[in-house]
Amino acid sequence: MNGEIAIKARGLTKRFGKLEAVSHLDLDAPRGQIYGFLGPNGSGKSTTIRMLCGLLTPSEGTATVLDTEVPGDARLLRPKIGYMTQKFSLFGDMTVLENLQFIAEIYSFPKADRAERIDELLDRYDLIAQRKQLAGTMSGGQKQRLALACSVLHHPELLLLDEPTSAVDPQSRRDFWAALFRLAESGTTILVSTHYMDEAERCHRLAILDHGVKVADGTPAELQAGTGMHIIEVRADEPYRAQALIARIPEIVSVTQLGIRLRVLMPDSVIDPLAAVNRVLRAAGLPANATLSSATLEDVFVAVTLKPQAAAA
Amino acid sequence: MNSLSRILAILRKEVRQLRRDHLTFGMVVGLPIIQMLMFGYAINTDVRNLRTAIANQADTHLSQQFVAELAQTQVVEIVDHVETPQALEGLLRAGKVSIGVHIPHDFDRRVVDNTRAAIHLLVDGSDPTILGVANQLRAMPIAFDTSSRNKTESPQVEVRPYYNPERRTPVNIVPGLIGVILTMTMIMFTAVAIVRERERGNLELLINTPVSSAELMIGKVVPYILIGMLQLALILAVGRLLFDVPVRGSIVDLYVAAAAFIAANLSLGLFISTAAKTQFQAMQMTIFILLPSILLSGFMFPFDGMPKFAQWIGELLPNTHFIRLTRGIMLRDAALGDLYLEVVFLSAFTLIAMTAAAMRFTKRLD
Repeated sequence: MNGEIAIKARGLTKRFGKLEAVSHLDLDAPRGQIYGFLGPNGSGKSTTIRMLCGLLTPSEGTATVLDTEVPGDARLLRPKIGYMTQKFSLFGDMTVLENLQFIAEIYSFPKADRAERIDELLDRYDLIAQRKQLAGTMSGGQKQRLALACSVLHHPELLLLDEPTSAVDPQSRRDFWAALFRLAESGTTILVSTHYMDEAERCHRLAILDHGVKVADGTPAELQAGTGMHIIEVRADEPYRAQALIARIPEIVSVTQLGIRLRVLMPDSVIDPLAAVNRVLRAAGLPANATLSSATLEDVFVAVTLKPQAAAA
Repeated sequence: MNSLSRILAILRKEVRQLRRDHLTFGMVVGLPIIQMLMFGYAINTDVRNLRTAIANQADTHLSQQFVAELAQTQVVEIVDHVETPQALEGLLRAGKVSIGVHIPHDFDRRVVDNTRAAIHLLVDGSDPTILGVANQLRAMPIAFDTSSRNKTESPQVEVRPYYNPERRTPVNIVPGLIGVILTMTMIMFTAVAIVRERERGNLELLINTPVSSAELMIGKVVPYILIGMLQLALILAVGRLLFDVPVRGSIVDLYVAAAAFIAANLSLGLFISTAAKTQFQAMQMTIFILLPSILLSGFMFPFDGMPKFAQWIGELLPNTHFIRLTRGIMLRDAALGDLYLEVVFLSAFTLIAMTAAAMRFTKRLD
C-alpha cells in the first residue's frame, strides 16, 4: 500500500491487432496532484486512461489505481473514480437536473444529501440557469461543465479526464482549469489528457506520449530545463527561405516558423549554435538576427517527439 | 438494495427518454394500428370480384345462361366481352383481367359429352391466389340442362371451416399479426435502444459507474415488456372493434403466452445489440429476423405446405411458436396446457439468447 501514489503502472501495453497503441508505459502519479498526458491524437492517451479505469484490458503489464489492481476488480474502483469521456456522454434528451439526478441514483448517493449536493454543483459549475434545459441543446462549454459536475458528484478520489477541453472556447478552458485546481486543492487526484501546451504547462507533472511511448516525464520546469537542446530564435526578412536554409544544417533537429520568427532546435552538443545558423544565412545573403532562447513546453514537445526520428536519420 | 435502486434509476431514465422520443413513442402506438388496418382491410384471401372477360363463341341460350350463373357467384366480375380466345390472352397479358372464360362454339355439344371440357378458363397464374380461386370455379355445376345430362354428383368431400365459418380473413390474420408486430417492435426497440447508447457514447459513461451489466439490461428491458403488453392490448382492441376478431380462449393464457414471446424477442434484441455496431446495423439485423418471421412462421403461408428445410428454419423462430399459441388460444379455445410445448420452446429460446447476450455484453470496450 502506497498512500502517496494514486496511479502506478509498470510496462502497461495495449495492442489492437498489429497496432501497439500503448507500449510499455511506466507511470507514477502522486496523490492530490494534476497529472497531465500530453500528446498528439493517436498517441495512446485515451487508451491509457481507458486501461486505468478498467474499460480496456491491458495486453501486458500491470497497473495499480488507488491501491486496486486494474483490471482485476474494477467494480471496487468505480465508486472511487470519476471519468469524463472525450465525447460528451451524458443524455442529450434529458435536462441538466435529470442527468445529475440520474448520476446520483446510479452512484447510490445518500438520498438525504442528494438535493443539496446537486444544488451545490449547479452553483459551482454555473449551471443554475440551465437546470431545466435539455443537455443536448447546450453549448460546448456548458456540456463540459455538466460532464465535470457529473463526474465529481460522488466525491471521487481520482478524476480521469480524457481531453476535456477539446470542444470548448478559450474562456471556458480557463474556467475549467480553475475548477480543476480547486478540486486538486481539496485532495482529488486528477489525470488529464490534452494536446494543448498551455494546459500541459499548468499540470503539476506531465508525461509526453508519442505513438504509444512515453518520451518524457517530469514537472514542466524539469522538462523545460532538460531538453538537451539549444533553442535559437531567428528573425529573418524571408522566413520561408531562411527555414529551408537552416534545415540544411546537418545537426538541426527542427525549424518551426512562428509568424516572422523561426524557432530552431539543435542538440546542445553543438558548440556555437548561433554561429552555425548565422553562417548559412549570411552565405545566402539573407539578413537575419539569431538569439538564444529558453525552452517552452512546445520546444520540449518537439524535442522529445522528434528524437527517435533524428536518431534514425 | 442499491442494486434495485440502480435498476430503477435506469428504468426511470428509459421511460423518460422514451416519452421525449416522439418518433419511437408514435411507433409503439401507431405501428400496431396501421398494420392492423393494412392487413385487416387490404388483405383478403377470400377473393371476390375477380376481373373477368368472356369470349362466348357459342352464343347459345345455354351458354348465356352459364355466363349469367357465373356472374351470380360474385367470384368473378365480368368486365369485358370479346370475340376470340386470342383476345382473351391479350387482355390477360395486359393485366386488364385476371380470368378469361372461353366458351367454344360447340359448347352445347360439349356439355353432354363428358370427355371434352365445355369451358376453358384462362387464368393469370402469376398470382397463386387467383389460381386457387379459379380451381373453385371448376366445381361449378353446369347441370341446369337436366334433360340432356346426368346430374352432377354432389361433392364427396364436404369442407366445414371450423373456428372461422365465415372464412373472414382478419380472423386468420390478426392472431398471427400480433406475433409479427411484436417481433418487429420488440427486437428493434431493444436492439436500437442499446446500440444508440453505444453510438452516443452514453455506454462508456454508464459502464464506468457502479451499475452492473445485469442491472443495466434489466433496467433497459422492463419498459419494453410493458410496451409489448400495451401493444397486445391495442391489437386485441382494434381486432375486436373493427374486425370482430374473437378471443375464444382465456385472455390470461394469451397474456402468459405473450409474456413468454416478448421475453424471447427482447433477449434476441439484446443479443443483436451486442453484435451491431450502429443503429443502422441493428435495424438491418432486425429485418433479417423479421422477414422469415413473416414468411416462414405460418403467418403468410401454411406451415405444412413449406419444404422441410424451410420448416426447420421456421421452427427456430419464436414467431412460429407464438402464432400457434395465439391461433390456438384466440380461435380454437385451446388452453395453454394443450400448447405447453410452444411455451417451453419460447422459454428455452429466451434462456439461450439471454445467456449469449450476457456473455457478449461485458463492461469493457474491448
